[in-house]
Amino acid sequence: MSTPLLEVDNLRVTFPTARGDIDVVRGVSFTLGRERLGIVGESGSGKSMTGRSILKLIRAPGIVSADRLTFDGIDLLAQSEKQMRAIRGARISMVMQDPKFSLNPVMTIGEQIAEALLTHQRLPRREVGERVKAMLESVRIDDPERVAKLYPHEVSGGMGQRVMIAMMLIPEPDLLIADEPTSALDVSVQAQVLDIIDELVKRKGMGLIFISHDLNLVSSYCDRILVMNTGRVVEECEAGELRNATHPYTRGLLAAIPRLDENRDELPVLDRSVWANS
Amino acid sequence: MTALSLKNLDISYGDSHITHGVSLDIAEGESFALVGESGSGKSTILKAIAGLAPEWTGQITAFGKSRSHGIDRHFARLCQMVFQDPYGSLHPRKTIDATLSEPLAIHGIGNQNERVEAVMASVGLDRKFRFRFPHQLSGGQRQRVAIARALMLEPKILLLDEPTSALDVSVQAEILNLLKRLRREQNLTFLMVTHNLPVVSFLCDRLAVMRHGRIVEIADVADLRQGALKEPYSRELMEISATHAA
Amino acid sequence: MTTTVHAWLIDDSPSSRLQARLGRAWRITGVLTRNPLAVVGAAIILVLILTAIFAPLIATHDPLKQDLTQRLLAPGAAHWMGTDELGRDIWSRVVFGARITLVIVAMVAVLAAPAGLIIGAVAGYFGGWTDRILMGITDVFLSMPKLILALALVAALGPGIENAIIAIAITSWPGYARIARAETLTFKNSEFIAAIRLQGASALRVILGHVLPLCTSSMIVRVTLDMAGIILTAAGLGFIGLGAQPPLPEWGAMIARGRSFILDQWWVATMPGFAIIIVSLGFCFLGDGLRDVLDPKSGEQH
Repeated sequence: MSTPLLEVDNLRVTFPTARGDIDVVRGVSFTLGRERLGIVGESGSGKSMTGRSILKLIRAPGIVSADRLTFDGIDLLAQSEKQMRAIRGARISMVMQDPKFSLNPVMTIGEQIAEALLTHQRLPRREVGERVKAMLESVRIDDPERVAKLYPHEVSGGMGQRVMIAMMLIPEPDLLIADEPTSALDVSVQAQVLDIIDELVKRKGMGLIFISHDLNLVSSYCDRILVMNTGRVVEECEAGELRNATHPYTRGLLAAIPRLDENRDELPVLDRSVWANS
Repeated sequence: MTALSLKNLDISYGDSHITHGVSLDIAEGESFALVGESGSGKSTILKAIAGLAPEWTGQITAFGKSRSHGIDRHFARLCQMVFQDPYGSLHPRKTIDATLSEPLAIHGIGNQNERVEAVMASVGLDRKFRFRFPHQLSGGQRQRVAIARALMLEPKILLLDEPTSALDVSVQAEILNLLKRLRREQNLTFLMVTHNLPVVSFLCDRLAVMRHGRIVEIADVADLRQGALKEPYSRELMEISATHAA
Repeated sequence: MTTTVHAWLIDDSPSSRLQARLGRAWRITGVLTRNPLAVVGAAIILVLILTAIFAPLIATHDPLKQDLTQRLLAPGAAHWMGTDELGRDIWSRVVFGARITLVIVAMVAVLAAPAGLIIGAVAGYFGGWTDRILMGITDVFLSMPKLILALALVAALGPGIENAIIAIAITSWPGYARIARAETLTFKNSEFIAAIRLQGASALRVILGHVLPLCTSSMIVRVTLDMAGIILTAAGLGFIGLGAQPPLPEWGAMIARGRSFILDQWWVATMPGFAIIIVSLGFCFLGDGLRDVLDPKSGEQH
């Protein structure tokens, strides 16, 4: 692998509060090439904060620090807000959980996708329309002209999420960060949306960071997995090797998930004291 | 004895017809799951049984007695509900103690102090949480309070609306264990709505698969565990679940 | 405050409902005091209340005593704010006027806010025809300009401070009803309301015990912010001669009287004017501070 797409070394995110500083991310390090990396953790593990700090979306009073935070050779920590704006969307994009909340309710879908496009390029109006249509088709929306005229509340959750993906990928970024992209969707729609992300990521040779609480889902869609707990990475492994995970937290988590052929009388409960200090 | 019986239940909400001819029987002490995707009508059935969705035709019978359409005080002592969202099902301005004592006050049941303490102990909530507000509790703890609240009136039937889907995996395991234990200890009848098939395998005896307001299949959970559901839609749901679990 | 009482208030695991509630009130007060404007506002209101209570001690002269030999004197050592056209000490009149202002504001709040709160909550909770009828009535009152309506009512009832209070209260309750209804609608279908209904609670219990407590935050904020407007409306009515009648030292009436010599003896009108401005600002600052603390949308958990 040539220069990694993303290098993160000792990332820390701290929030000062009235009761003292709270460290939500404590020294997370990893590198990412043009591959799919899954970051898994429960609520409070710091996984979303990690994703947001890459895009420098964490506002004061939160403090982000790291020994290294480099994207394609660019030192992200040194970038000004103006420089980050040029990177966000154009080179690094983010898809979030609930399209109800991440799509603008008073703009039509077509207008929003066009806006995403025009933020980073100047294009004649007709070409914008063509690109929007092409992007909607690439996320498998069958009737792109009709959908482009709809408002977000007029489409289903699954379609809204696909629109979100279209919006985020139209500027053709190098890295996509997906923060729980399918958690708000029905099981059958989840598979569709993930397939679309998968296909686009492969086709354009993008890097993907897939943040989720769902260990099994991540292991089926990613190449590598990081497991986070209380702000630290406790396990790093190839997706296929998840069954052989070594850290007690990961093993505990895997054991606690009920299976389709479940026959245990009781589910094993995590004993957090075992790794609380590791 | 049949704890809960639905016959030809057609539920409407305004102009939409949500369920069509739903019929099923649940025996006392049984744990029954309603499985389906969003829009299948499964949650609406729970609401109708509880009295929160009064527009329906057909029959709902609990322990032999037919039920009226709206909220019924007597029915409240027979059947209670645990809601999905631990963040929305507790009144934000009431302490846990107030939330748990209120059903007793409504029905004029005495010994409030002892009962609250007893139920808190049975759901595994430490006494120190008693006078806290909901925002001072974690999601799992709030869900325990929701279960405790449902048990205050000593119902025989518990309606569970996706009780663990908003919880972390590790917390889900604890709550599922708790529900299983409570059911055994108090011989409760469960009617649980969920889209998560493995949870059904762990907690339930039988299940009904719903789609677009109709029951597609009723089966034993033993069949689910062996991957032996018959209808194509049920098999589809099962396969998605299986690939999901890699 | 002693450390034990403080520790008792911030205890993470209270052992009684009283302790839990007091602890919460303490926490809210703590956040409020960190806002300097809110503290200023609270201080001003406190001064207003103390002035009203201790008026006889703070005033230097009898507010109603005329002395025609001392007419229209400029502010000085003997008369801190000067005298008016009948030789009455303005400082004492402003001080005693604080009582009148406080009574007006308190009575309007006590009359209008609970009425509006209940009507709005009932309309919001029941919906359907109850909602339509109640909101229809509310809209009728809302559609009329407040001052004009107050004027009409006072003209019908006769001038005087009691009637002014009633008139202002009648123009204020519709706003509160609308707010209470909007608040109620946001959580009417929430699961905690469904849960308590499922336990067999009557509508009365749900509204009194569950709906109203959630509306009070926004009501408190709105009432506090409205007090500035109420003072100004009362002053407006007094200005026209329809509020407090002479010789009561109501601030608005004082401004009216001083209007004719505002160019030469500016203090007669402006002194009570300053009082009105300062008190109105005080309520605004406090109300703003309360909104920052109590508004659920700002994400905090009080």
